[in-house]
Parts: sequence; structure tokens; C-alpha cells
Amino acid sequence: MQMEFVFAGFGGQGIMFVGQVLAYAGMDTGLEVTWIPSYGPEMRGGTANCCVVLADRPIGSPVVHYPQVAVAFNNPSFEKYEPAIAPNGLLVYNSSMITLDRTRSDIEYLPVPATVIADELGDMRLTNMVMLGAAISARPTLSLDAVKQALDDHLPSHRRDLLEANFMALERGMACALNPAFTK
Amino acid sequence: MTTIALNETSTLVYQRPHSLATCNTNYCPGCTHGIAHRLLAEAIDELGLQERTILVAPVGCSVFAYKYFQMDGCEAAHGRAPAMATGIKRVQPEKMVVTYQGDGDLASIGMAEIVHAAARGENITTIFVNNAIYGMTGGQMAPTSLPGQKTTSSPFGRDTQMTGYPVRMSELLSTLDGATYIVRRSLHDIANIRKAKKAILTALKVQMNGMGFSMVELLSSCPTNWGLEPSEALHWIEKNMIPAFPLGDYKVHEEVKSL
Amino acid sequence: MTKQMLKGNIAIAEAAIRAGVEAYFGYPITPQTELLEHMSKRMIELKRVFLQAESEVAAINMVYGAACTGVRVMTSSSSPGFSLMQEGLSYIAGSELPCVVVDVMRGGPGLGNILPSQGDYFQITRSAGHGDYHPIVLAPASVQEAIDLTVLAFELADKYRHIVIVAADGLIGQMMEPAELPPMQAVATERPSWALTGAKDREPNAIASFYLKAEEEEAFNQKIQTTLQKIQKTEQRSTEFYTDDCEILVVGYGTAGRIALSAVQTARDNGMKVGLFRPLTLWPFPEKRLSELADVVGACLVVEMNAGQMVEDVRLATGGQIPVSFYGRMGGVIPMPDEILHEIETHCRQLKNCEGIVTLSERAK
Repeated sequence: MQMEFVFAGFGGQGIMFVGQVLAYAGMDTGLEVTWIPSYGPEMRGGTANCCVVLADRPIGSPVVHYPQVAVAFNNPSFEKYEPAIAPNGLLVYNSSMITLDRTRSDIEYLPVPATVIADELGDMRLTNMVMLGAAISARPTLSLDAVKQALDDHLPSHRRDLLEANFMALERGMACALNPAFTK
Repeated sequence: MTTIALNETSTLVYQRPHSLATCNTNYCPGCTHGIAHRLLAEAIDELGLQERTILVAPVGCSVFAYKYFQMDGCEAAHGRAPAMATGIKRVQPEKMVVTYQGDGDLASIGMAEIVHAAARGENITTIFVNNAIYGMTGGQMAPTSLPGQKTTSSPFGRDTQMTGYPVRMSELLSTLDGATYIVRRSLHDIANIRKAKKAILTALKVQMNGMGFSMVELLSSCPTNWGLEPSEALHWIEKNMIPAFPLGDYKVHEEVKSL
Repeated sequence: MTKQMLKGNIAIAEAAIRAGVEAYFGYPITPQTELLEHMSKRMIELKRVFLQAESEVAAINMVYGAACTGVRVMTSSSSPGFSLMQEGLSYIAGSELPCVVVDVMRGGPGLGNILPSQGDYFQITRSAGHGDYHPIVLAPASVQEAIDLTVLAFELADKYRHIVIVAADGLIGQMMEPAELPPMQAVATERPSWALTGAKDREPNAIASFYLKAEEEEAFNQKIQTTLQKIQKTEQRSTEFYTDDCEILVVGYGTAGRIALSAVQTARDNGMKVGLFRPLTLWPFPEKRLSELADVVGACLVVEMNAGQMVEDVRLATGGQIPVSFYGRMGGVIPMPDEILHEIETHCRQLKNCEGIVTLSERAK
């Protein structure tokens, strides 16, 4: 088994952190894990992205050109990763912000109004966890409990007050995977 | 060294400082490196620092300085003595670290290292021997060569239109807040040599007291490459170098005055 | 100790700290800057020496100075900065001093880019400075290996009074993986007898790399060569996968090596007899083991993130016994497993079609 995720969005949307939470959860579940960010000039403006690979044997490349799952937070990310997703892969996208049309018939799409949900939960910064919840629900590689545990273990101390809200965001995201709009 | 036993009626008035090694140097006759070495060694002796001083030698005529002093020493890459001294001093702040550098080493290839060591207030002492020429390589133009000065690489005299102007290091470094004690002295006569000795003592005391970066610039002669007799060379310092590199105290931190 | 998610750059820095590094001097350059930043915090907390130098030139000369005092000292940089350090490295080699240098390689030549590369292979294994010497070069392929090889780097540096380079690349530096850090070692309290500590109750020590007489310089060079021969004899390290029965041997180090493993695994899944040989020491190159493998495999495919540098060492080690071919990507492009797999498949076909190449199964007959 090997599952590859790309998270992509604007800097400041918690892209790096959400990837790390998934990686921590994978590590605690006993899987081989890698996390690698895009780095360099791309960090400023455009899309920031990170790639997480979970596997049950040693991981070769931590960089993936054709991920099985892409989690896109904004239009540029959607544009960049929609064509790259492996056939039968999944594109989870933030439908609160992404206005682009779907162009492929060989992948699954999961629209998640993540910014709206985060806003309802009272903190826009929860957008990333809504998206993660949706991704792990649609591709059940890891359990919700493992992800919650990873959050509990690694949420920075100055954000501890948001732990419960993060859990709720994950659950709201998971519920989106049951959305009838989630179609092939 | 041959030790001559003194009889009861004799008085010892002069001897090699303990901090100078008992070997011959490779300096040319009439070169003032010997005087600079002796002054530094006397100062180290007088302050009782021989056993805890580490000397960083440059590339240039004084490349073997690490052998000429009877103390721990090392040989830096050209111009890098202040960086090397920084490495030594940072891990052994209780030791005394002295760099001994010429003008090509310090003011040309090593400009970045000396400026940043001074800017950091690195607690080291630099003896800067300025003789306005590259000695070791045979008399080429130095960053401190005077306008019009003939050298083997400026055979028609230093043309300032083409090669610019001499760098005044003491003035330059004195603008840095990290520098504590920056003075220029000359080795062309007895009175000035005495002043130079006093300055070296002060510079070492600055370091002993952890007060920061200290440098003594010494205007020196190079009879061989200047093409002058040793006595003429001393006169040349007075006549040509001092007007271009005025002697004086360029930076003396308030604390230093109480030393 | 338990595993934690660690970024390569930070793992190397923390491993060095735990190996007892007493002084770090460096200059910011992507993609290794997190290493310097980690040092700037931890070394100060531990009351050890950290200093951001004005240039890589100054940084390596500060390392040179600190190494003279006999402490464990290191610096880190990336390719363009490493180039600037070569002068100092040569002096350090010429003075027989121990130090550790991390090169998180990036695309070149020139300013190049900040993406992962292995373009410095020649530069770091051949001498890394003027004169006649080789540094010891260690090549990690994972965050865990980066930690383990950093600790080993300090041990080898001290053992041989020699430069040890940890040759990582931007990918190893930037990636996070689960890894375990070693326990904290105390910094050494004793200084070696040759160290510059002040000539108290002993004759002065001198550290220099200056011999005016040719015969003296040659004698010193012979001394270095004797050390290098000893290193070559005892410190060759490599790791291998599926080599028991392989007919095609893929050879790659660091990032290229770990990616090649993915391709080799897929090839095995598809029934191809392929193995992987991954050097851990680039100098000394693990020629002994590779030469043994050359006796039993039919062909060799070298994969690097450059135009073909280590492939020369592979050819030397295999001594013309087997065909050696090369696949590389340059300029920060990472070779992907499917590309390498394609090369392996091409080889398999050639191996079956080509007369004169004796496969393992045929040799067994």
C-alpha cells in the first residue's frame, strides 16, 4: 500500500501544518511516512504545497508527480493539481473559494465548503482541518482517532485552546464526504 | 640560544624576550618586522601572557610568525586570520588570541574578515604591519601603496585613475561600533617605537579585560622592495607614509582610558 | 527514545549537538538554512558556540580556528557556499584537523537553483580544495541515515584527524520523516595533545600547512596518503537490497538511491531480477563490495541527480567486467521511480538480447 497526498493553497492557510498532522497520524499508526514542502520562491505568492506519502514499505520518492489525492484550497492549486492526479484519484477542493470547472472524468471530485464551515465554527483557520477530515473520510487510509491524536500531540501550545474546534472541523469535513455532490 | 653567565659586576640590560623563539627569521636586513615581533613579544612577557596566547600568522613575509614566537601558533589562509582567530577565541575565550597581518593580507584579500571581526567586537588583538607593498611575492602594489609609488606591478607608479587610492584601515575600522581600540603608530625611530610598544600593551590589555576588538597599525619599512637602504627606508616612512597615513588614536573607547 | 517527525536539516543539526559538537559557524543558504537556524537557538541554550559568519569563506576559517583547539566543530552550506569553503578545507586538510561539513546540495552550476541535486559529487569526493587529498564523504538517503551518519562523521573526523563531509541534498534537508535521535553525549573535556590551548608547561604547538622544501612537502603528503589508505581499507560502507539473485544491479546514493529502491521494488513485483546497491560512503567509494557484486550480476545501471559523476567510480570498481550504463536528471529535477523503472526494463530486454553478457542464471550453469 502506498497513498500519496498533495495539499496546496495560499501561504497562511495552514497547508504545511495540515500535511504534518496527517504525517504524524501515519507515523503513530505505524506506517512509513514522508512529508516534504515546496520550498523556495514558490513559498511567496502562488501556491504553497506539501506532499505526504503513507506506505507500508520504505518510501522511495517523497516527491510525487501524480498523487492519488490532491487537496486544493484555492483556484491556482485546483488548476495546478487537477491535471496531475493519478487516474482514479481524488481531488478534494475548497468549494467556498474555488470557482473553476471540473475537466476530468477519470478522477473523483469532492467539493467541500471548507471556508464557510470554518467560519461557522468561528475561526477561518480551521479550514485546513475541514479539508483534512473530508480527505481521510473519502480515502480511509487513517482513522479519525489517529488524526485527532496527532492533533492533540502536535498542536502548538499557543493554539491549544483551538483543539476541540479542530476536532469539530475534522468531523464536519468527514461529513462532507457523504455529500451527494461527491460523485465520480 | 647561548647563555652567557653574568659575573657579579655585570648587569643584564638586554635580552631576547621569552616569547620570541630562539631561531633565525627569514626577514631581510633592515626590515621592521623584527622590531614589531620584538615589541609584541616584550608586551606579552610583561603582561605574563606567554602561556595563554595563541598567535595567528598571515600569508606574507610574516608567514612563519607562528615559528618565531615561543607560544602556540597557527598559519591562516591569506587574509583569513581574523576569522581563524574568531574560531579559536570563541571556543577558548580565556585565551589571548593575536593576529599578525600585513597590508596585502589585511587590507586587500582579507578586507571582509577584518571588517567583520571588528564589527562584531571580536575580543582579539590585531597587529597590522603596513609597509605599502607586497613583500613576500616580490614587491607588487598593495592596497596601501601610495599614489605614484613604483612597484613591480605598477612600474610607472600607482596610477590612481586606474587603481584607485590607498586604503586607510585604522580610519575605516574606527567607524565601527564594535572596535574598541584602533591606533596607528610607526617604527621609523626610537621615540615612535616606544609609542608603538605602549600601544601594543594597551591593545593586549583591552583583550585581557574582554573589552573587544583592538588593532595597532604599524607603519613599517621594506627596504628590499622599496629599493632603498634600511636607513633611507626609515626616512621614507617619515617623509611619504606618515603624511598619507597620519599617526594617532583613531578609536579609543572610554573604558580604555582607565587601563 | 522514540521516533519523531524530523526535518532533515534539523535532524542533522540536532544529531551534531548530541554528538557533542562544541562550535558551529555558518552562513545562510537555501536549502540548508534551517540547520543554521536550529543551531542558533540550541547552541546558545547549551552555552556552546554559535556564530553566523560574514561569508562561507569566513565560516570555514572559523571552523579551521576552532578545530585547532581540538573541539568538535562543524559548518553547513549548500553548493555555491561549499565552493567558497574549498580554500579553508584545503588548509584544514593540510593541517590534519578534524571537522564536519554538511553540504545540502542544490542545482548548479553557478547560482543554479535551490532544488535537490547531486552535482557536487566530483567536487566533494575528489578533494574539495586544492592539493592532494580526499575528504571522507557520507551520503544519507533518509532523515534517519542523516542522523546516524552525522554522528559517525564526528567519530571518523576525530579518529583520522580528517575532514568528513555529510553530502545531503535539498530533498533530504527539507523532508520530514520519522526518525530517532541519539542520546545526548557530553562535550569532550579533554583536549588532544596537538591542540592550541596555550603553551603552559609544554613546548609550543604549531598548526600549519606550510613546507617550503619540496621533500618536506612530499613527506607530509605521504603521511596524508597513508591515512587515506587506512581509511580506504577500513571505512567503505554501503547498503544493498535484493542483491542475492539479481541480474541487474542499480547503483545510486542518497536521494537517487532511495528513489531507485522504489523502482527496484516495482521491478521485483513484476518478476525482474533487479537489486540495488547504495553507497553510504562516497569516499572511500565502496569498491570492494561492488567489485564482488560485479562478479555475479549481468549489468549495472547507475542513477544520479547529475550528468554522471559516480558512474566513473562504478566503472573503476567494476573494472570492465560488466556493462555500466547511466540514467540521470540534472538541475534540480528528481528522477521519478517510473523513469528508473523504464531504464531497468530497457536493460532487461538488452540483457536478454545482447550476446556477450552472461546473466547470473547462465553463469550458474
